[in-house]
Amino acid sequence: MFSFLIRRLLQSLLILLGVSMITFVLLYWLPADPVRQIAGRSATAQTVQNIREQLGLDQPLLVQYWRYLGNLLQGDLGRSYLQRTEVSTLIMSRLPASLLLMAGAIFAELLIGLSMGVVAALRRGSRTDQVLMIVSFVGVSAPQFVVGLLLLYVFAVQLHWFPIGGYGTFSHLVLPALTMGILGSGWYSRMMRSSMVDVLRQDFVRTARAKGLTRRRIILRHALPNAILPVIAMIGIDVGIFMGGIVVVESVFGWPGIGQLAWQAIQRVDIPIIMGVTLVSATAIVIGNLVADVISLMVDPRIKIR
Amino acid sequence: MKHLLATSALALSLALPLAAEASTLDPNATAGGGIIVTYKDDVATLDPAIGYDWQNWSMIKSIFDGLMDYAPGTTDLVPGLAESYTISDDGQVFTFTLRPGVKFHNGREMTAEDVVYSLNRVTNPATQSPGAGFFGSIKGYDAVADGSASSLEGVHSDGPLSVTIELSRPDATFLHVLALNFASVVPEEAVAAAGDDFGKHPVGTGAFSLGEWTIGQRLVFEKNAEYWRSGLPYLDSITFEVGQEPIVALLRLQNGEVDIPGDGIPPAKFREVMDDPAQAARVVEGGQLHTGYITLNTQMAPFDNVKVRQAVNMAINKDRIIQVINGRAVSATQPLPPSMPGYTDNYAGYAFDADAAKSLLAEAGFADGFETELYVMNTDPNPRIAQAIQQDLSGIGVSVSIKSLAQASVIAAGGESDQAPMIWSGGMAWIADFPDASNFYGPILGCSGAVQGGWNWSWYCNEELDAMATKADSVTDPAKADERLQMWSDVYMAVMEDAPWVPVFNEQRYTMKSERMGGADALYVDPVSIPVNYDYVYVNDVQ
Repeated sequence: MFSFLIRRLLQSLLILLGVSMITFVLLYWLPADPVRQIAGRSATAQTVQNIREQLGLDQPLLVQYWRYLGNLLQGDLGRSYLQRTEVSTLIMSRLPASLLLMAGAIFAELLIGLSMGVVAALRRGSRTDQVLMIVSFVGVSAPQFVVGLLLLYVFAVQLHWFPIGGYGTFSHLVLPALTMGILGSGWYSRMMRSSMVDVLRQDFVRTARAKGLTRRRIILRHALPNAILPVIAMIGIDVGIFMGGIVVVESVFGWPGIGQLAWQAIQRVDIPIIMGVTLVSATAIVIGNLVADVISLMVDPRIKIR
Repeated sequence: MKHLLATSALALSLALPLAAEASTLDPNATAGGGIIVTYKDDVATLDPAIGYDWQNWSMIKSIFDGLMDYAPGTTDLVPGLAESYTISDDGQVFTFTLRPGVKFHNGREMTAEDVVYSLNRVTNPATQSPGAGFFGSIKGYDAVADGSASSLEGVHSDGPLSVTIELSRPDATFLHVLALNFASVVPEEAVAAAGDDFGKHPVGTGAFSLGEWTIGQRLVFEKNAEYWRSGLPYLDSITFEVGQEPIVALLRLQNGEVDIPGDGIPPAKFREVMDDPAQAARVVEGGQLHTGYITLNTQMAPFDNVKVRQAVNMAINKDRIIQVINGRAVSATQPLPPSMPGYTDNYAGYAFDADAAKSLLAEAGFADGFETELYVMNTDPNPRIAQAIQQDLSGIGVSVSIKSLAQASVIAAGGESDQAPMIWSGGMAWIADFPDASNFYGPILGCSGAVQGGWNWSWYCNEELDAMATKADSVTDPAKADERLQMWSDVYMAVMEDAPWVPVFNEQRYTMKSERMGGADALYVDPVSIPVNYDYVYVNDVQ
């Protein structure tokens, strides 16, 4: 187990190195000159040249990347070209909001997805099952931008149940978390349904039934805990899916997280921020996958460590 | 003898700045209360040497002051931190007398040394100010720019309340330059303490100080109780909530939760708002110093032929393009917008006439038209406008393929002499830095801008016009101001003869406000403060 962890950690570092390299090269080749943007339209050629030298952007790609990597190892993500603030400050001040949203989204998707899956499994083949599976299919397919605006319009603008976007209290969290949760809940309901159907066919369930336990007790004490474990292991992977989703959802709801930061930086070609957010998201995804693996290992001893 | 423009030494000239001051106080105004302004994007910086977008421009104006300023709601220059000034006969030496007793937000009194420091700071290459180039006419600027000097030779203080600025050439726009945010006076100790983060911890002399800045969420401006313009500002606080989509901001305004949506009315909702009398009554419309244009690359065939450029000018149906943006503009005939001094009133421009365009094109040897490319920024409504242009040009046999790209990529393509035959300027269009006719020439139509990485995307370079422009800007005698404007008008008329641009429209501004907001309409379409002039607006429901 220990050597497995070490190996996976090393692999993760290699992945992150690759991500940083690819992103850096892509941004370097972007047909846009960051120096022109900093220098503004009234700048002389001299000013432009000065800034290029100060930022080291006159150096060859490899030198630039090597220096970036060196700074990165010291925890320095550089300064934003347009805001002139340290990228790490910008990300750290926004990360809590993104993590909170993600926690809310995971809670929402589990609550909705697992209950839908369990109900569908217990009523397998019935009209309820069909309706629930269609709903989950729609949930998976609907664009988050549309779902977000729809929820915003119905529950905030029309019904006044929740505030119209923003951040701060629990009621601010509900709609954005739900928007992201609906997407995940579609997956979870399907996985939960098949996992539950599987478990209900197992011998130990038959044994429990033979012992004369109540249906309620069989489901809650015997079937559910066994069915839920492999599903829970997927949470780690969700982190990666959510990293993509927060860019859209945070923009719709005015949620001050790193997704919004990334979106604004992309529009303004603020390369250090794009780089920084990409690395932080990649790290989150890698950690999420690692956690997923570890959880799977712990809940299912049948998985072999290699 | 020196021209006495406004000096407290003479009673006669004293009347000028005082009149300007008195007229700015609104007798109906009530002090107190706060407003909420929303924006989609977080504020980039509040450092006056750095900030150069329309969002932070007016915010910085409210935190800082410069030697010169504009009367609220107008393009009229008035003294700011300078109480008065004199200009030498040759127009090259400016002597400013500072207002006594002006305090920075940190409590220290502002002196002439601070003015000298601030000008040295903004021009120092280490500051990386996008506005450094505006100060190019100050004596010693070149030495500072290339790093051979650390301070401007032409700027020095004579005592605590007097500053002299010497220019290396006559510059009629210099007082406007001193009214730019880049010329704001900053205290050295606060800049030193904050280092590169001065933009997050700004200290100025302005009407408001920064109270709170929670990144990605909100900024709170608090009233500067010791502001040197007595009686101002009216508001106790301004809260800028960032990260709000324009559509969400509008919904919140309709709900009474927001006072001004900083990003304006979202295009998709524009008709709905304007068709509802109750909402339309709270929208203030005004002009702005903006022109949207198509550049025709004069170094690329077939736009190197003036007849082709003129034909394209005649082929564009500007009124239909304005319909594409819900009529939020007026059609343009020339580079200058109508509200800019120097605008030529009786000039009709190239009228829309597809037949005349076709015959002109035939005359130029392109009877069967030609194929070309139009570069455009990829955010709405620009691609739709590009389609309208494409359709108009297909009417005269010109087949246009549209290249819809990110803003930075369009700017990069325009800066190369052989890449973009045509560019629609929308989203990057020229909004004046200061309200002077010269501001639409140099970088975008003059030879100095027709360089690699420049902003003259037509690559139009007419030495004769450059000479006329230089001559106009050396007319510094205020008595000859009209003569100077006429010279500028002549320059732009000559540009239109050569037709390197198709001027398409001048965007109008529509500022929406809550019912409780008070103050003259002009404050809500202030030509230099977008969306509003925060120092002078007030609310009506203060208890």
